[in-house]
Amino acid sequence: MTHYIDTNVTLSRWPFRRLRGDETTELVKILRHYGVTQAWTGTFDGVLHKDIAGANERLMEECHKHGHGILRPFGSVNITLPAWEDDVRRCADEHKMRGIRVYPNYHGYQLDHRDFARLLAMCDERRLILQIAVSVEDERTQHPLMQVKDVDCHPLAALLKAHPNLRVVILNTFRATGGRNLGVLSGCKNVYFEIATREAVAGIATLAEKIPVERILFGSHAPFFYFESAVLKLQESGLSEEKLALIRTENAGRVFA
Amino acid sequence: MIWDLHCHIATAPGRTPDERMYWLIQRADRMGIDRLCIYMGTKWSDDPTPQDFRHQNDEVLEALTHWHHRAFGFAYINPKYRQESLDEINRCIRDGPMTGIKLWVAERCNSHDLDPIVERCAELKAIIFQHTWLVVSGNRPGSSRPTDMAELATRYPDVPMILGHTGGDWELGIRAIRANKNVSVDLAGFDPTAGVTEMAYREIGAERIIYGSDAAGRSFASQLAKVYGADIPESAKKQILGPNLRRMMLPILQAKGVQA
Ligand SMILES: [Zn+2]
Repeated sequence: MTHYIDTNVTLSRWPFRRLRGDETTELVKILRHYGVTQAWTGTFDGVLHKDIAGANERLMEECHKHGHGILRPFGSVNITLPAWEDDVRRCADEHKMRGIRVYPNYHGYQLDHRDFARLLAMCDERRLILQIAVSVEDERTQHPLMQVKDVDCHPLAALLKAHPNLRVVILNTFRATGGRNLGVLSGCKNVYFEIATREAVAGIATLAEKIPVERILFGSHAPFFYFESAVLKLQESGLSEEKLALIRTENAGRVFA
Repeated sequence: MIWDLHCHIATAPGRTPDERMYWLIQRADRMGIDRLCIYMGTKWSDDPTPQDFRHQNDEVLEALTHWHHRAFGFAYINPKYRQESLDEINRCIRDGPMTGIKLWVAERCNSHDLDPIVERCAELKAIIFQHTWLVVSGNRPGSSRPTDMAELATRYPDVPMILGHTGGDWELGIRAIRANKNVSVDLAGFDPTAGVTEMAYREIGAERIIYGSDAAGRSFASQLAKVYGADIPESAKKQILGPNLRRMMLPILQAKGVQA
């Protein structure tokens, strides 16, 4: 069976829709069915909840109880909350998480925010992988009372000069408006891109022409997206088996190590 | 059997329409897609003059040349140019190999300018495909909303027509046309958001859902996932992937003597 490391999975409830797989056991069943051996797992509660420490505790518990050993929790951090540094500390030191996930657009800041540089430093010190979710949903179909623009990653390239060893994974960036982030960050060797929102016929193959294939990670954005999309895109790509193996598991395995 | 309702050569690489078509077919083969519906030429044009849409349709005719066994063409027209559009339907569909029309964003589809076009297509049994995309921040002036299509479909309850992109904002798109039994939805050209196909299946039934991709701007893969990944019966998935479109197209194919 072909195996995958899925770097873009999320637990709990998306506020605007029930999803098949928003119950952990159901999601794990889908992931295991398709051969996912490890899933980097955030929580939708981290998008809007103010008690984000509670959200991260529940994430830990769910991954532990229902994860079948494949769910790796990535807690959420919101740098606009009081004492957010403590959330980073808890994720790393208490929960022993390997990474965290941020939603700058839903949390209402730009990447040139003073505390974002501080967050990078804290992740670097603790060797945490930092996942930046550029979007969750297409801007065009968002709830009218909750319109949130894709994250502009422009400031990140300069900030990362101080953190050449920090591993950054950009999630959900390839939709129309967020696509420009690729150009901005293509020169940063420690920035990785996951593929869930990558489109166009054979779009993974053309992505591999734009950035080194070593920096492309498999990601499904399940359960918000149908998991099958990411798998089928690899089939459509026509890439060699060596390159596909890098994208499916080897790159993410190296980043996680 | 997989028929893809919604493909473009504008977004496929190649020096000529023929090269672009070959590129698309090769990749469709990787995904087991048997037939592609192609519309609009090598350059986007959202409010085409008659000269422009004739040129675009010529490019589609050229793209089809070697691929009549694998592809169908839909004629691109602009309802603002009534007589020229009717003439183009006659040229491409009545007298040519095309089997449907594509309406995009030149004019909203609730306009009465569409009436003679719909009537002519009904006579020829040509497929009527209308792009719709409901954008939360506001549609551009000529861009149709799913409710516009419901108005048109209510005027012509016996003429089958297709709601492009399921309206984009599909939860609203499906609701908008639920009561219009002559309207089918096109699954193409929006994110593979889980739940779309299940909702469409629940609200309008498998027979009114048609697989399409919006290749080459979208991937075949992400759009096929909407069918393969849906929590609906296998028999419904099969129907959505090809037979529904085939059933809709069969009258015009038979009239043209085309085997499919
Ligand atoms: Zn299209």
